[in-house]
Amino acid sequence: MTHPFLILQWLEETLHIHVGKHVMYAWFVMILLIALAFLASRSIKLVPNGWQNLMETVVSGIEGLITDTMGPKGMAYFPMLATFALFILVSNLIGLIPGFYPPTADLNTNAALALTVFVMTHVIGFKEHGISYLKHFMGPILALAPLIFIIEIIGHIARPLSLTLRLFGNMYGHEIVLMIFLMLVPFLLPVPMMLMGVLVALIQTFVFTLLAMIYIAGALEEAH
Amino acid sequence: MEFFAWCMIAAGIGMGLGSFGTGIGQGLAIKSACEGVARNPGASGKILTTMMIGLAMVESLAIYVFVVAMIILFANPFTDKVVELLVK
Repeated sequence: MTHPFLILQWLEETLHIHVGKHVMYAWFVMILLIALAFLASRSIKLVPNGWQNLMETVVSGIEGLITDTMGPKGMAYFPMLATFALFILVSNLIGLIPGFYPPTADLNTNAALALTVFVMTHVIGFKEHGISYLKHFMGPILALAPLIFIIEIIGHIARPLSLTLRLFGNMYGHEIVLMIFLMLVPFLLPVPMMLMGVLVALIQTFVFTLLAMIYIAGALEEAH
Repeated sequence: MEFFAWCMIAAGIGMGLGSFGTGIGQGLAIKSACEGVARNPGASGKILTTMMIGLAMVESLAIYVFVVAMIILFANPFTDKVVELLVK
């Protein structure tokens, strides 16, 4: 149901590495990002040009988003959130190149990302508030705490599930729609769908990063 | 064989119903956001962010339906059993 020929899957089969194509493409994205970071930071100048210019725009954009949604406290988590944003964005966009498959169109990659957000949220919560972080789950009235606790736990477990399925469904769905259009009318008709793919890739990156920010900001604030 | 025909029908109708409700919901959200921006263009940045989160939440309903439809079509847990029964 995906691209008929995937370069890295072919490479994986030739080299007999049995890790799955999504892992191969995730590695590829990592190499790409590391190379980009190296290129951008190789010679940092006061007046940026070339790669440094590009990366400064991206970084300052994410920085603005974090200060808008999380306040000044959120800047401590900038490295993690920016990594999520860059990794997901490049992973999503790579699917538009023929022969490449977005690693985010696979449940395993997305589950890994979403579980990282889930675990980090609670680690940050406990780090910030100590044991009184549990008050977040108790609700305002102590007598109702056992009831609220169960509901809150279900709500928190639903977060990684919805994060995973949202990203997976969007990317995989787009991939399938593109393939069906290519099967029906291969001439020019898939082009608007690919244009929409760029939009979907950007919006899903935005949504994932924003939701991660909101979850972490929720763990940072005082229990009500 | 009827089993697979019903699977197709279930996936199609399910996806249709799911996107029907989601479409109405997202339309309402965008309508309100447009009204908000028209009244106060200065707040468009904040409204856009909030609307995006809301849309993502609403959209996940359709995405759940899509995942279920894909499970029905491509990873149906009962396929082996049905094929086994058909062979008998």
